[in-house]
Amino acid sequence: MVFEGLADRLQNTIKKMTGKGKVSEQDVKEMAREVRLALLEADVNFKVVKDFVKQIRERAVGTEVMESLTPGQQVVKIVKEELTSLMGGEQSKIAVADRPPTVIMMVGLQGAGKTTTTGKLANLLRKKHNRKPLLVAADVYRPAAIDQLKTVGKQLDIPVFAKGTDANPVDIAEEALAHAKEEHYDYVIIDTAGRLHIDEGLMGELTEIKAKADPAEIFLVVDAMTGQDAVNVAESFDQQLNITGVVLTKLDGDTRGGAALSIKAVTEKPIKFIGMGEKLDQLEAFHPERMASRILGMGDVLSLIEKAQENVDEKKAKELEEKMRSASFTFDDFLDQMEQVKSMGPLDDLLAMIPGANKMKGLKNVQFDDKQLVHVEAIVKSMTKQERQDPSLINASRKKRIAQGSGRSVAEVNRLLKQFSEMKKMMKQMTGMQGGKKGKRKKGFNLPFM
Amino acid sequence: MSFFKKLKEKFTSSAETEEVSDKYKSGLSKTRHSFASKLNDLVARYRKVDEEFFEDLEELLIQADVGVNTVMELVEELEMEAKRQNIKDASDLKELISEQLVQIYSNGDFVDEVPLNLNQDGLSVILFVGVNGVGKTTSIGKLAHQLKADGKKVLLAAGDTFRAGAIEQLSVWADRVGVDIIKHSEGSDPAAVIYDGIQAARSRGVDVLLCDTAGRLQNKVNLMNELNKVKRVIEREIPQAPHEVLLVLDATTGQNALSQAKTFAQATDVSGIVLTKLDGTAKGGIVLAIRKELNIPVKYVGLGEKVTDLETFDPNAFVYGLFADMLEG
Repeated sequence: MVFEGLADRLQNTIKKMTGKGKVSEQDVKEMAREVRLALLEADVNFKVVKDFVKQIRERAVGTEVMESLTPGQQVVKIVKEELTSLMGGEQSKIAVADRPPTVIMMVGLQGAGKTTTTGKLANLLRKKHNRKPLLVAADVYRPAAIDQLKTVGKQLDIPVFAKGTDANPVDIAEEALAHAKEEHYDYVIIDTAGRLHIDEGLMGELTEIKAKADPAEIFLVVDAMTGQDAVNVAESFDQQLNITGVVLTKLDGDTRGGAALSIKAVTEKPIKFIGMGEKLDQLEAFHPERMASRILGMGDVLSLIEKAQENVDEKKAKELEEKMRSASFTFDDFLDQMEQVKSMGPLDDLLAMIPGANKMKGLKNVQFDDKQLVHVEAIVKSMTKQERQDPSLINASRKKRIAQGSGRSVAEVNRLLKQFSEMKKMMKQMTGMQGGKKGKRKKGFNLPFM
Repeated sequence: MSFFKKLKEKFTSSAETEEVSDKYKSGLSKTRHSFASKLNDLVARYRKVDEEFFEDLEELLIQADVGVNTVMELVEELEMEAKRQNIKDASDLKELISEQLVQIYSNGDFVDEVPLNLNQDGLSVILFVGVNGVGKTTSIGKLAHQLKADGKKVLLAAGDTFRAGAIEQLSVWADRVGVDIIKHSEGSDPAAVIYDGIQAARSRGVDVLLCDTAGRLQNKVNLMNELNKVKRVIEREIPQAPHEVLLVLDATTGQNALSQAKTFAQATDVSGIVLTKLDGTAKGGIVLAIRKELNIPVKYVGLGEKVTDLETFDPNAFVYGLFADMLEG
């Protein structure tokens, strides 16, 4: 990760304080500064940061932090709580109009990901809600935008209403609606052209579409990497269209996504979905708590667990958990798990969700390439049964044999053995953390400031 | 003579430079207004230079998406400088602030425009890279138009074989501009498209080959490796190529722009930046941050959706544009 998280930042401040019996007001001030910097680095709007830090300071100056034995931990806890509550509850429901079809309008700047999100949303409505959606190609300006939506429609096998680039977007929307009524579609999702929030002419076009189509939802699609300008964009779209929700895209990148907080704070409209990849099923519900962790650079254990639950056979998972706990995890189990892990998505995505993983020796700066999995598999399969059970058996000549057997180099074999032992350590820490019991927690995963 | 005075003289003394700076002034009017006028406001609000003044200054700069690190360093330096020179009046600090900012970009002297590195007698290959939705394809269309107007024979290679409609999008641009395009079907190997592009460019006597690639987030290792492969294919065919690797950045992007620049530079030796969507944003500060932390020159800026809305980046005019109100007022 590019920027150090809040926890790392605070750690330095805390270090200076250790040995002191009590936290002074000056200390709180310094911690507040670190909170401020962490949020600014995450692209949270400076005005939002200002109000937020003021709130934090008020709470922190109270007894909560000052009398705590672990002030750093307290501050992080407060910050996370406040962030989570600021971003509001989980709200991934999609409105239903009194009379079908329900119209959803997708709006936003150029390149935010409206067309892709339109496809994903339709897919979600059909898959999870069992609805019949119609896509409407109302972006007549960008070259081949209509082709793009048509291709997306074809991939999903969802019909697309298009009239070419010479038609007026307002007319397109109107005709699409009539068509949808006739054909009994449940949802009509209108993909509009990207436009600047300051472009009066094009913003006027959206207001017209809104007036004619009477949408139940207007989703503002925002690139999660947006900087300080996110508030202006959101404010202006909201003022002119009264949006009903926000979809945050490209969150599978390494951005902290502070824009989420800014937009929520300014518009008070819920963030409903997040885009987590280029595939058309990668649209997820927004979880404020996870987003708070992410903005603070604290990892995302919940998503990891959820991902695991989605893809891992429960019985096998129980067995695995037992093995992780007792540290009797072997290369055989590893091979077994590799199949399951492969189904969970790219490895470095998973790794990024583990708090502190980037700090672990040996794992630092490791970049996983999914093709490596094939190599790893070959290496493990070239080990004898005994070796898989007890990797400590593997000496230099065995390494050479394994390397030859798998067609990889000895260095690669070494690397895998090292990674395996790191992984074992990591698993122990993770299970310790999930244990949740107080006494156990100390032994397990320790956040650096605890 | 201070650099600022030199800059002012340069842009007020000749008609030609005035024209250049006018273009920037109107294109960047949002950036300029929000920056120069806000700085004026700030100075007017605070008579005295105190801690709060510096905090507000910090926010002013952060608001323009100048990187947090850059801002912190800058303000710290200013604070020290103010102490050293015993500056108490905020208006006395105005010029110092501007000078420090210019310093980041120029190191105290004029910076030359960095023109495209083109092979004057033979084929030049330009590779476009960047994350999703920044405007790679549009920038290629605009640059093709410009190069064609300069009398070059241009060929496009539709290397974005992944995103739905990307090939069609580039084809529309090829028609619009009136240049040829090499394309395969969706889902095919991008390196193969680029390879075919080079072969076609050679046999048709093309001057400049513009290669599109699919947008990719910089933390996707596989996709970055794929990009590296595309670059290797180009290198294998023409040892000096690609003559330019242009990273396209969206000006509305926040701190992540730096991460993008760093990672793409590692994978493909980025030689220049195209900063798009600068017309819609009150920013431009990102130019300073990239310059300071990565030292990659900005070569073009996108100032609108029309085919002619791509400008070569003139750093002096840009800096002048940022502070024009203040300098003239």
